Amino acid sequence: MITHITKENYKSVVVESKLPVLIDFWAPWCGPCQMMGPVFEEVAKEFNGKIVFAKLNTEDYPELTNGFGIQGIPCLILTKSGKEVGRAVGFLPKDLLKQKVQKLYETI
Amino acid sequence: MDYDVIIIGSGPAGLTAGIYSARADLKVLILEGEQPGGQLTTTTEVENFPGFPEGIMGPELMNRMRTQAQKFGAETKFELVTSVDFSKKPFEIKTSEEVYLGNSVIIATGSRARYLGLESESRLKGRGVSACATCDGFFFKGKEIVVVGGGDSAMEEANFLTKFASKVTIIHHSENFKASAIMLDRCKANPKIDFLMNKEIVEVLGENSVTGLKLKDSKTSEVEEFKTEGLFLAIGHIPNTGLFKDKLEMEKEYIVTNDTKTSVEGVFACGDVQDRKRYWQAITSAGSGCIASLEAQKYLSHGN
Repeated sequence: MITHITKENYKSVVVESKLPVLIDFWAPWCGPCQMMGPVFEEVAKEFNGKIVFAKLNTEDYPELTNGFGIQGIPCLILTKSGKEVGRAVGFLPKDLLKQKVQKLYETI
Repeated sequence: MDYDVIIIGSGPAGLTAGIYSARADLKVLILEGEQPGGQLTTTTEVENFPGFPEGIMGPELMNRMRTQAQKFGAETKFELVTSVDFSKKPFEIKTSEEVYLGNSVIIATGSRARYLGLESESRLKGRGVSACATCDGFFFKGKEIVVVGGGDSAMEEANFLTKFASKVTIIHHSENFKASAIMLDRCKANPKIDFLMNKEIVEVLGENSVTGLKLKDSKTSEVEEFKTEGLFLAIGHIPNTGLFKDKLEMEKEYIVTNDTKTSVEGVFACGDVQDRKRYWQAITSAGSGCIASLEAQKYLSHGN
């Protein structure tokens, strides 16, 4: 299950989350982001109960996007209590995404 | 797992090979690789693909090709190949998840955007340095940015980026442009576009985001700083052939082919990865993907 982040639920979904949250910053006009979508969903299943997977539409919420200093998408940021732990820019195939998320997860 | 054809790559070449092979009732696996859908996923409107007089968005065109391949039964996976073994049959293709066996292999790994190769550039990727104008142009609303390159794609990106940026400077290392006259004229006529010629980028400046560039004059070698908030790369492409070095005959960075046949019988290559004549078009890649599939079918029926 992928949570969609909005201005209204940002605090409860990201900042107050007990689990770390991996945010997929995307936009409808971004081709590689469209490709990232199904991969993100597949990997989400493997981290069920460990990491919350969430998506944020950068076009709809520029102020949340700017808060993370994002200037390139797709961009995945792992957060703990709303703070950035690490990020990955650009499309990642499934296995690389899994490795990257696992590595970031271990640093928490 | 056994397949008749394993296709590595999912741009126009790979997916066309997939459509033809699956439609011929072969058992087909497409490993989508590091950029599913290929380079067209980072473009906007494709105006010259036959059959779409009104134009079609690059990502949309690629989604349709994938759907078409799947419709005929091709399996597609979001996996990246880590190694290949062409020394035994069936051929062995490894990803980090699985080992796949194929009676034939079609290589369609394409090419990737060329970067300048500077440490400062890779550090600031996604923080002002970008190789995808359509993805990232939005984040540079009202800002002054740079496009580096002298070909058609540099001109196209510069024009596209003026939708967002207040000013776009095209930086090119010489004063001769590879771009076609029509594209160059479009840029020259655009009041938001400036040209800066005979300059080489030697460093990207900035801590957490791009603040400027260090430029070296190609003639005088003089170094100066240039203020900018974004750097978009359009300096060409490099074929993705790293996996096949020492395994197939290569010329420079390209796989050598004869009607898509490589130096190993049963292994075919199509699209940019073998396009030594540098046509580099979606339609030529698709065409060679079709040839690769037909050659693979011929090989599978006679060659085994």
